[in-house]
Amino acid sequence: MLARIQLSDDEVQRLTGQLDAIVDNIAKVSEVATPEVAATSHPIPLRNVFRPDVPGDMLTVDEVLQNAPDAADGRFRVTAILGEEQ
Amino acid sequence: MAKDALMDFDAALEQFEPVLGFEVHVELNTETKMFSPAGNPANEANHDAAPNTLVAPVDMGLPGSLPVVNETAVRYSISLGLALGCSIAPSSRFARKNYFYPDLGKNYQISQYDEPIAFEGSVEIELEGGDVVQIPIERAHMEEDAGKLTHMGSTGRIQGAEYSLVDYNRAGVPLVEIVTKPIFGTEHRAPEVAKAYVAAIRDIVRSLGISEARMERGNLRCDANVSLRPRGQEKLGTRTETKNVNSMRSVERAVRYEIQRQAAILAAGGTVTQETRHWHEDTGRTSPGRPKSDADDYRYFPEPDLLPVEPSEEFIEQLRAALPEAPAVYRRRLKAEWGFTDLEFQDVANGGLLAEVEATIAAGASPASARKWWTGEITRVANAQGAEPAALVTPAQVAELQQLVDAGTLTDKLARQVLEGVIAGEGTPQQVVDARGLAVVSDDGALIAAIDEALAAQPDVLVKIQDGKVQAAGAVIGAVMKAMKGQADAARVRELILERAGQ
Amino acid sequence: MSDILKLTAADLSAKLRSGELSSVEATQAHLDRIAAVDGDVHAFLHVSDRAVEVAADIDRRRAAGEELGELAGVPLAIKDVLVTTDMPSTSGSKILEGYMSPYDATVVARSRAAGLVPLGKTNMDEFAMGSSTEHSAYGPTRNPWDLDRIPGGSGGGSAAAVAAFEAPIALGSDTGGSIRQPAHVTGTVGMKPTYGGVSRYGAIALASSLDQVGPVSRTVLDSALLHDVIGGHDPHDATSLADQWPSFAAAAREGATGEVLKGLKVGVIRELDDRGFQRGVSDSFRASLAKLEAAGAEIVEVSAPHFEYGVAAYYLILPAEASSNLAKFDSVRFGMRVDVPGGTVEDVMAATRDAGFGEEVKRRIILGTYALSAGYYDAYYGSAQKVRTLIQRDFDEAFAQVDVIATPSAPTTAFRLGEQLDDPLQMYLNDVTTIPVNLAGVPGISIPSGLAEEDGLPVGIQFVAPAREDARLYRVGAALEALLVDSWGGPILDRAPILGGAR
Ligand SMILES: [Mg+2]
Ligand SMILES: [Zn+2]
Repeated sequence: MLARIQLSDDEVQRLTGQLDAIVDNIAKVSEVATPEVAATSHPIPLRNVFRPDVPGDMLTVDEVLQNAPDAADGRFRVTAILGEEQ
Repeated sequence: MAKDALMDFDAALEQFEPVLGFEVHVELNTETKMFSPAGNPANEANHDAAPNTLVAPVDMGLPGSLPVVNETAVRYSISLGLALGCSIAPSSRFARKNYFYPDLGKNYQISQYDEPIAFEGSVEIELEGGDVVQIPIERAHMEEDAGKLTHMGSTGRIQGAEYSLVDYNRAGVPLVEIVTKPIFGTEHRAPEVAKAYVAAIRDIVRSLGISEARMERGNLRCDANVSLRPRGQEKLGTRTETKNVNSMRSVERAVRYEIQRQAAILAAGGTVTQETRHWHEDTGRTSPGRPKSDADDYRYFPEPDLLPVEPSEEFIEQLRAALPEAPAVYRRRLKAEWGFTDLEFQDVANGGLLAEVEATIAAGASPASARKWWTGEITRVANAQGAEPAALVTPAQVAELQQLVDAGTLTDKLARQVLEGVIAGEGTPQQVVDARGLAVVSDDGALIAAIDEALAAQPDVLVKIQDGKVQAAGAVIGAVMKAMKGQADAARVRELILERAGQ
Repeated sequence: MSDILKLTAADLSAKLRSGELSSVEATQAHLDRIAAVDGDVHAFLHVSDRAVEVAADIDRRRAAGEELGELAGVPLAIKDVLVTTDMPSTSGSKILEGYMSPYDATVVARSRAAGLVPLGKTNMDEFAMGSSTEHSAYGPTRNPWDLDRIPGGSGGGSAAAVAAFEAPIALGSDTGGSIRQPAHVTGTVGMKPTYGGVSRYGAIALASSLDQVGPVSRTVLDSALLHDVIGGHDPHDATSLADQWPSFAAAAREGATGEVLKGLKVGVIRELDDRGFQRGVSDSFRASLAKLEAAGAEIVEVSAPHFEYGVAAYYLILPAEASSNLAKFDSVRFGMRVDVPGGTVEDVMAATRDAGFGEEVKRRIILGTYALSAGYYDAYYGSAQKVRTLIQRDFDEAFAQVDVIATPSAPTTAFRLGEQLDDPLQMYLNDVTTIPVNLAGVPGISIPSGLAEEDGLPVGIQFVAPAREDARLYRVGAALEALLVDSWGGPILDRAPILGGAR
């Protein structure tokens, strides 16, 4: 299931059509994205941005669980899992 | 679960060559997590944390939260890379590994993909009997751990669970994943190599002080890849990846099991399925997990929230200079210094007690006595309690205990009682001696009184001794020791008996 | 309409400091205005019930002689993409309905610390995907100039709130034009700072490498004042720049004198020819250029051959990053959960994401997932990242010749609600001039340049400066603003229809 969204057949149909848009975009960028051009992943290049190893920012259990759709025993509760651990 | 057919191990090795590979995850013991300042449950200070009490916004993927890299985790990772003999990448970066799973707060794991921090190394391992093997390392990369799922239902396993509970304390714990290249030529020692490799990694990270490296706590986790190829064949066979192996003994057993299982399949003309398998400690077997498929598309891409890690040459050299002695070298040195036999040394090493014995000797005990305490009584109690020996007593306490024996304050038997008190938390050895009144009675007056009483009670024995049958004194010694509640030096008692008997 | 509402943040601040007005009066006036007109405009998703209390506290602190920030006591509208502890944060999505963040976004925390008074959360396209605010799960916002027209997007709520005098200033976020394009269609000012100039911590991520938070206002000075409050290094955001920034308010004040225009080189992009723009938009743009020239600026044609690839690259990068950023909305830890009787957690996640996300969001997640899939990464995301390099080079070369670049802020004036809803590709072209600015990470500002002759609707001019030269934009923007307001005989919004007059 792509992107873990349960789409209706209707939605699948419409979205498949729109994948064409992406194909057009690919065609467009590949006109100029030649091998010798380096990729830019960060617009302003920085490096070695680190945080000192000092505790902080911790949430209380109440804060952690305050938006939980379901919780038990100080933990989030989810219905049965089909697949195994990764 | 149907029982797998297994081929006899030696027969399997006759027909097939095993090829191994390992992925070992090491949890770093930094104060805080890889990408958040929440307390790290893999650090001693946070062992007893209740569920979801070590959580910052990014650990549970709260909207708007952002990761920031822990400086110490990077330093530890570089040190580990160097200790593994790796080159350190002048520039490495993080990537997102996208997959949906409830223990993953963001539904992607921040890891390193095409640009790991360390690559191309080698680890020396020593097998029983002193053979040395080089294990080639492909890479070591930084990543974060996932949270913990508890499956609730009749089985406690994922199958048949009605619901699961999620705790994000472990989410974001800094990990270094060490990946070997394919390991050839291990032959019938493959299981032993597996165990020794994991032990070597454990020793390395312990010597660096960057992880508690306790497998039973999940600080060190090994995935073992095994494939077989028929003798004479160039092409590698299909491999399986056995997960969940959380003790060194299990690593050894799991590799042996997979060799036997795969050999049975191949010998019967079947094909091995490429899959992850799970190790079951209770049955000593592996069971199939999810087959590898096209669905394993993690859609890696460079993590846009983080920047490249580019350690300077000077920084790397500084860390290299600060590396402790390599465990293999360290072991050779200790063995020579202590004068142990191979068997004695291996006893200490296999028990993971080198550091403890070394510290005990440094605290004043003789090598022989330090070894005797740690591999003997302390290990016995630890096994009985299901604990680590090092968690029970400190080297300083052991050295103090031995000093009390050497000074004649304690007999060996009394010393064991004192140790028991120390383990029970009653204080230092001297404090236990005082509190329990366990010291040897060295007051001859009290001994003589007890001897006289015993001799009086056994007049025939006295006659025998006086007749020169000195060994008869044993009966009196027993009585005196009993009267002294064991707190007497038997040799001194014997001397005094002979004296009293006029011998 | 109360006179208080017409005040700029700068003027309001002066009256608060002189004691002529209290923050409670100013805040109440804006709350009354919201009550009067927001039924029509629908700029707000949530109005704070604590605003008056917060204002009263500022008044008390001022009365007690406390040293307060320049904007202390001034009401502020906050785009719902920013998380707040005292109001729900939904990012315009049903999947986050009622979500309460346990922490404040850095820009919100800084605004609070500076004494600004949060009025409420403003409407937006769901997860900031859109250029019209029609993709909000909570219904569209309407343009105060014509309630049948769109207010731009994604930050239509913040722009409309400011244009409708419901708030003097607001916070926005801009991934491809979401601050500047709404400013263009509502006759307001919007600034997208240099990437990293303002913290993204607590801004619900759309595309991490493009997102920037910035100010929305009716005057250049007001944006500068707010930028001074929210800008600067934040250790919670690894991409945050450690630069020491000059005072942007000082730059705007200095710019208003017009001196900056003497000898200023203004670049006009040759490849952006008039055919792509509505006539009234081009005309207004040319008229502004003429004003600049008359004031001593030099108009220089520059080439940006790769601008035309910006939209294509953007619609590869954005869905890819968004598909990963939006994976966290999975029903486990927060947000909507759709129960699936007898279903697994996988089924629950999938059903929740189907029900919780709107169509445009699903479209982009699916496209992004596809664009990151194995085998496509290099061709899609990787190639798009190369276009960023090329666009950056275009900017570098242009800025070697000129001080700022000017473009129309968007191709057309506000279109009618629903007009482009069925044509996402046309919708995407609304951001043709703003997108390259995000791709390159440079700062861009949109200020009103006049009204289009054919429809009487507002038009904006965009100025772009080299990275880190945000102050230059405030100088130039304030200079042109002064000339234009002078020529109009008052702010452009004086010519907007009076809303809520009958109430
Ligand atoms: Mg792995
Ligand atoms: Zn891993």
